[in-house]
Amino acid sequence: MDKIIELKNLTKNYGDQQVLRGINLDIHQNEFLTLLGPSGCGKTTTLRIIAGFEEPSSGQVLFDGMDITPVPSYKREVNTVFQKYALFPHMNVFDNVAFGLNIRKIDKNVVKTKVDRMLALVGLADFGTRDVTRLSGGQQQRVAIARALVNEPKVLLLDEPLGALDAKLRKEMQVELKKIQQEVGITFVFVTHDQEEALTMSDTVVVLNEGTIQQIGTPIDIYNEPENRFVANFIGESNIIDGIMNHDLLVTFDDVQFECVDKGFPENEPVDVVLRPEDIDIVKPEDGKLTGVVRSVVFKGVHYEISVETKYRTYKIHTTDYCAVGTPVGLTLTPDDIHIMWKMGSY
Amino acid sequence: MKEYRKLSIPYLVWTVIFIVIPLILIVLYAFTVGGNPVRTLNFTLSNFAKVNEPTYIRVFIKSLELGVLTTAICLFAGYPLAYIISRFPDEQQDILILVVTIPTWINMLLRTYAWMNLLSDNGIINGLLAKLGLGSLHMMYTDFAVIIGMVCNFMPFMIIPIHTSLQKMDPSLIEAAMDLGASPLQTFRKIILRLSMPGVINGIVMVFLMGISSFVIPKLLGGGQYVLIGNLIESQFITVGDWNFGSAISTILAVIILIAMRLMKKMDLKEADGE
Repeated sequence: MDKIIELKNLTKNYGDQQVLRGINLDIHQNEFLTLLGPSGCGKTTTLRIIAGFEEPSSGQVLFDGMDITPVPSYKREVNTVFQKYALFPHMNVFDNVAFGLNIRKIDKNVVKTKVDRMLALVGLADFGTRDVTRLSGGQQQRVAIARALVNEPKVLLLDEPLGALDAKLRKEMQVELKKIQQEVGITFVFVTHDQEEALTMSDTVVVLNEGTIQQIGTPIDIYNEPENRFVANFIGESNIIDGIMNHDLLVTFDDVQFECVDKGFPENEPVDVVLRPEDIDIVKPEDGKLTGVVRSVVFKGVHYEISVETKYRTYKIHTTDYCAVGTPVGLTLTPDDIHIMWKMGSY
Repeated sequence: MKEYRKLSIPYLVWTVIFIVIPLILIVLYAFTVGGNPVRTLNFTLSNFAKVNEPTYIRVFIKSLELGVLTTAICLFAGYPLAYIISRFPDEQQDILILVVTIPTWINMLLRTYAWMNLLSDNGIINGLLAKLGLGSLHMMYTDFAVIIGMVCNFMPFMIIPIHTSLQKMDPSLIEAAMDLGASPLQTFRKIILRLSMPGVINGIVMVFLMGISSFVIPKLLGGGQYVLIGNLIESQFITVGDWNFGSAISTILAVIILIAMRLMKKMDLKEADGE
C-alpha cells in the first residue's frame, strides 16, 4: 500500500502546554486508521492539523509526498466529518451536500447526479428537500458524511462522529461507516476515545496518550500484544502484574514460575505481565498454579466478572461459569495467555 | 404555565393605558377636524391632504434620505466591527461590547451637545485645524453634522444585534465551509453573512426607525431651519398647536415604518430560504 499522508515529527503547543510531542505517522491508501486515546491526548489536534484548521508548532504534513503544511484547508484534498456535524442550518439537505461541488462551479446536472447518488449511498435518497435542522442525529450524521464524500476526497477525516448518537444507533453506524469506506475505497482517518469502536472498525489503530504515540498496530495486535501498561489498561480490561523475566520463555510473578511465549528480554529483567480477564481459567484449588478465594461475582450479561483474592493481589476474571462467593479456587494460565511488556520508560 | 400568564396582566394594563389608547387617540385626531367637542366627531381627510404640499413632501423625502443614509453608514461601519468583536475570546468580547454600549450610558442630549462643541465654527476640530495652519471647515448645521450625530448615537443598536447573531454561530460551520473548498471570501458570503442576516435585519430596522423619527439631533446639530419629520411633528404639537395635523403626520410615519419593517421581514425570510 502506498503512503498517502505522512506526519513528520509534529508538535503543537498552546502557550506552555505541549499537546503533541513529536508525532510520526504514515497513513496508507484505502486504510481505515483510527486515532484512539483519552480526551486531551492530542488525537483531535492531530486530525485538525491534517485538515488544515490548525498549524503545527513544528514538523511537517506530507500529502502524496508533497509538503502541505502551509496549504490552507480549502485547498487540501481532504474532507472532514465534524463532531457535531456542522451542517449549514440555512440550507436543505441537498444544498448542504452540494455545497462543495457548487463552490467548484461544477455543472448543475452533474451536481444533481452526484448528490443524488451520494444521498442514496447513505440511505437518504428522498431527503433532498428536507430542512437539516429537523433531521434526527443519525440522519444529520449521514448528511455530514455525504457532504464530505461527494467531493471525492482522497482522505476522509472523522472527528468522533458517532459520539452524539445513542448506543444502538452508534453500533449500526459503525458497521455502516465501515461498509461505506469499503464501497468508496478511500482512506478514513477516524478519531475516537471509544476503544471498542476503534477495534471494531479499523485496519490500523494508533493509540495516543499525552501527545505521543503509544502503539500502532492492527486491532488484534493492539489487544493481544499491548506494548506498555497504558495501552494494556486503555484497550480492554486487564490484570497488570509486576514480574521478573527469568530468561526467554520463563517468567516469575506472585512467587510462581510460568512458561510464556515471549523472549528477547535481558535475564532477570523486571517486566509488566498482562493477563486478560477472559484468559484466566478457574479450576479446583489443587489443580491451580495460584490459589485464592472468590470475593465477588457480578453478572455482566454474556459473562460473569469474578474477583479472586490471592495472597498478593485480586485477579479480575471473566468466565461463563458461575462460582459462588467464598469458594476456594485455583487459577491456571497457558503460555499463550501471558503477555510480557517492558516496564514503561525502560524501552 | 397558566399561573405564570397572570404575571403578564400588569404589563397588559400598562400597554393598554400608555400605548394602545394613545395610539387610538392619535389616529382619531388624524381623521377629525380641530376643535371637536368630545361627543361628536367630525371626520375628515383634510389633515392628510395638507401633507400634500411641496414643503412637507420635501421634509418627508429628506427624512427618508437621512434615515437610509444613517442606516447604511451604521451597517457598513458596524458590521465589520461586530464581526471583529465576535472573533475575540468570550471574556474579551463582553468587554468590547461594553465599550460599544458605554456611550449610551450618557444622556443623548449631552452627547449631542458634545458634538456641537466639536463641530462648531469655533469648536475643537476647527481649533485643531487652525493650530495646524489649515483653513476652517463649516460643519455645524449641515447634513454632515446631523448624520454624524445620528450615526454615533445609533451605532450600538446596529452592532449589538449583528454581534449577537455572529456570536451564536457555531465556529465549526466556518471550518466546514473551508473544508469543503470555500475560500475565506466565499465562506463569508455563503455562510457567515447569511447566518447573521437576522441580526443585520434587526439592526437595520432599529436604526432606520430611530433615524427617521429622531428630532433632537437634527434640531441641535441641524439648527432651527433644519426640519425632519420628527421636528415637524414636534412643532405641530408644541408650537403650532395643530394636534390633528401633527397626528396625521405621525400616522403617516407609523405606516412608513410598518411598511419598511414588513419589507425587511420578507427579505429575511427569503434569505433564510437560501438561493
